[in-house]
Amino acid sequence: MPDTPRQPPLATFPRLLLQHAKVRPHHPAIREKDLGIWQTWSWSQAAEEVRALAAGLAEMGFRRGDNLAIIGDNRPRLYWAMFAAQCLGGVPVPMYQDAIAAEMVFVLQDAGIRFAIAEDQEQVDKLLENKAQCPELTHILYDDPRGLRHYDQPFLRSLDEAQEAGRARNRDEPGFLDGEIDKGRADDIAVMLYTSGTTGKPKGVCLTHDAFIAAARSGCEFDRLGPGDSILSYLPMAWVGDHLFSFAQATYAGFTINCPESGDTVMTDMREIGPTYYFAPPRVFENLLTQVMIRMEDAGALKRRMFHYFMEVARRCGAEILDGKPVGGLARLRYALGNLLVYGPLRNVLGMSRIRVAYTAGAAIGPDLFRFYRSIGVNLKQLYGSTETCATVCLQPDGQIKLDTVGPPLPGIEVRIDGSGEVLVRGPVMLKEYYKRPDATAEVIDAEGFFHTGDAGYFDEDGHLKIIDRAKDVGKLANGAMFAPNYIENKLKFFPHVKEAVCFGHDRDQVCAFINIDMDAVGNWAERRNITYSGYTDLAQKAEVYELIRDCVEQSNAELARDPMIADSQVHRFLVLHKELDPDDDELTRTRKVRRGFIAQKYAVLVDALYSEKTSQFIETEVKFEDGRKGKVAAELRILAARTFPAAAAQQAA
Amino acid sequence: MATARQIGEVIIDLRNISLRFGGVKALTDISFDVREHEIRAIIGPNGAGKSSMLNVINGVYRPQEGEIVLRGRHHRDMNTHAAARAGIARTFQNIALFRGMTVLDNIMTGRNLKMKSSFLLQALYWGPAQREELAHRRKVEEIIDFLEIEHIRKTPVGRLPYGLQKRVELGRALAAEPSILLLDEPMAGMNVEEKQDMCRFILDVNDQLGTTIVLIEHDMGVVMDISDRVVVLDYGRTIADGTPDEVRGNQDVIDAYLGVAH
Repeated sequence: MPDTPRQPPLATFPRLLLQHAKVRPHHPAIREKDLGIWQTWSWSQAAEEVRALAAGLAEMGFRRGDNLAIIGDNRPRLYWAMFAAQCLGGVPVPMYQDAIAAEMVFVLQDAGIRFAIAEDQEQVDKLLENKAQCPELTHILYDDPRGLRHYDQPFLRSLDEAQEAGRARNRDEPGFLDGEIDKGRADDIAVMLYTSGTTGKPKGVCLTHDAFIAAARSGCEFDRLGPGDSILSYLPMAWVGDHLFSFAQATYAGFTINCPESGDTVMTDMREIGPTYYFAPPRVFENLLTQVMIRMEDAGALKRRMFHYFMEVARRCGAEILDGKPVGGLARLRYALGNLLVYGPLRNVLGMSRIRVAYTAGAAIGPDLFRFYRSIGVNLKQLYGSTETCATVCLQPDGQIKLDTVGPPLPGIEVRIDGSGEVLVRGPVMLKEYYKRPDATAEVIDAEGFFHTGDAGYFDEDGHLKIIDRAKDVGKLANGAMFAPNYIENKLKFFPHVKEAVCFGHDRDQVCAFINIDMDAVGNWAERRNITYSGYTDLAQKAEVYELIRDCVEQSNAELARDPMIADSQVHRFLVLHKELDPDDDELTRTRKVRRGFIAQKYAVLVDALYSEKTSQFIETEVKFEDGRKGKVAAELRILAARTFPAAAAQQAA
Repeated sequence: MATARQIGEVIIDLRNISLRFGGVKALTDISFDVREHEIRAIIGPNGAGKSSMLNVINGVYRPQEGEIVLRGRHHRDMNTHAAARAGIARTFQNIALFRGMTVLDNIMTGRNLKMKSSFLLQALYWGPAQREELAHRRKVEEIIDFLEIEHIRKTPVGRLPYGLQKRVELGRALAAEPSILLLDEPMAGMNVEEKQDMCRFILDVNDQLGTTIVLIEHDMGVVMDISDRVVVLDYGRTIADGTPDEVRGNQDVIDAYLGVAH
């Protein structure tokens, strides 16, 4: 797209909102299910609500440059509050609604919050708990009055009250708000989103109207989103994805957003609304699939056979049909029949009948899972981005879907890989700065204006970006080839029999791995083969289990060999651990990420054995039981070599 | 948090109630009262006569002796219809819901007393019956919202876990818009979290709807936390009556619960 000169009338989100109110006043802007019935606000009604709220905030003393904290589930008035703050030249700061009170203090203090909008009593209570530590917090507004009747703090008011005051102000002084909106500029900060802060203190990412409108335009044009689309807004408002899809893109393209009744009703609400556009992290797609599979097990024999037969048909040709690739006439006919009998009803149950495009991101998605949704005709695609880039860097184009890439960079976005393999991004969607943190800003934006993502990746032969690991985890093998442990481990973990994997290889001549079997899956597998075992340790060391795992390792090796960049990372030798890696033993983090360094230290004798000629190694490990007692687990672990494939010959071997 | 809830006049006054089943004395000469807007707990060991007491109040059992004064009107005994019309609703120790019906329909049955249109019109879903049904449905939806059970609105009750069934039962009782709510062990068999939820709902009902609550409960922590006054029964007799603090220190109560050396 050529670089069009900025159109001042539509340079900020409030102006976009007013534009929709003028152009499509009766088109639904937002829906919410209340008392069992979907309530709709048109764009003109939404604009009216925003005007009342903005003027109300101004009445209470909200000023240009103020930050407005917004805490709660996805509710229409909380989205309107974002517009309201922007109308007045303030900055909305959505916060995670499930954070406990103590976690909120930092953001409240850091952003110097004077005004906060809370959804309900629960959120109000958390704010009140923090008030002593946040002396600047002088106004709390709430949406849902339930349970707040007896709260008599003078600084606590309902949004109804604020909007009432705002309506009066707009009547008395009709030009006031439009004047304020006119003062808004494209390079004002539109929103501040705090990074989750798994490493160090959270940082407020300042994103301008310009950046978010560019991101919204880019996504909307890429997938042709327009006023006719609708989306279910159920992910946290503080998360960049929700802000992009439910706020920025909806306001840019003018499509409808739908707020579910509660977090527990998302599945039902999804079926009722039938969105055309959908986002979910891989975990959600996985849960949905599991539910389908469990319900199919309970179905009658005829339905079950039909399901399995047509799923097999879909597996062979479904994804190709979706991509518009040539497929034989008979296969097409079978697929069409399957669509009538199985895929269509299945999409309907999942609430995906009308989906034109669905995205997933945030974590690696298993190839089988990804293929499943695509094969039943759901146009699921992967995207790549971060809070600092308005979640807009790469997106898979229709018809060019690969399982393990995130697609080529979006138009207008420059992506470069630096010497260490880190992904660098430059473009209009980048953050302006970290709030009050010039040091951190300077760290991530270099002299040429590239943002350092902290992710390691590379481009494949088609120019699609492949993200493999966090840059700090990536090492090098002794021969200089890139070693991305997470990437290999994820590949192994996609096998249902493998629960965890830990790969070693930095500064070594080959990659070796620890494997943790999945007790449920392998136990079940062993029972069906009449393999007896006395417990986890015993099962893990069975010769049959080793063969099973070897098969997994070799399959993943074959896949690794296909890609010349990482062909050297094939696992040469592996062992199956005698105990499950456990956060209680500090081997995993609480979010179940492998603590590779700690494990290498703790099991140094095993690592040494892997890199020697030994075929087995004795190990004794102390374990903590749940009640705090300690015990010992000892075993003689066998070490097996796995077949590896030469990078070139891999195509035939696999 | 200061409460604006004003505890009012005595609305149920039970005077010298005795109840016998043949030769078995279930209740002997029991007197206590319930004030408007309060949470009144009845506690006691198993077989102390707690459920019998509730059954006397809403007219399932007819006591042989004593009288019930309900809002100044003297009753020799109650009957269930009179109790329902007088605004008394209850839940049961063993859940008594229609297991094959959805949550929504179950709560809708609680509106029975409020339905005015004829059976025939309702069956045809026509004219005034339709308007009436919509109005009742709205009320039921408000209850669903109040009890936070939107996600199971259309689920058959039999498929729900125990804690949620209890909540649905409370919902059905609330559907009658009672002024007095009798709860028979609303928290039995629940885990800690479910109990906390239920406590919150009971307090909310009491506070926001102004409903007077008479409650039987075994969990002493719960009783002491949420009740305004507690009456303690043992072997069909009153052994203590007062605020939670008074009852907690009462020697007879301690003996009844912990046993006493003979």
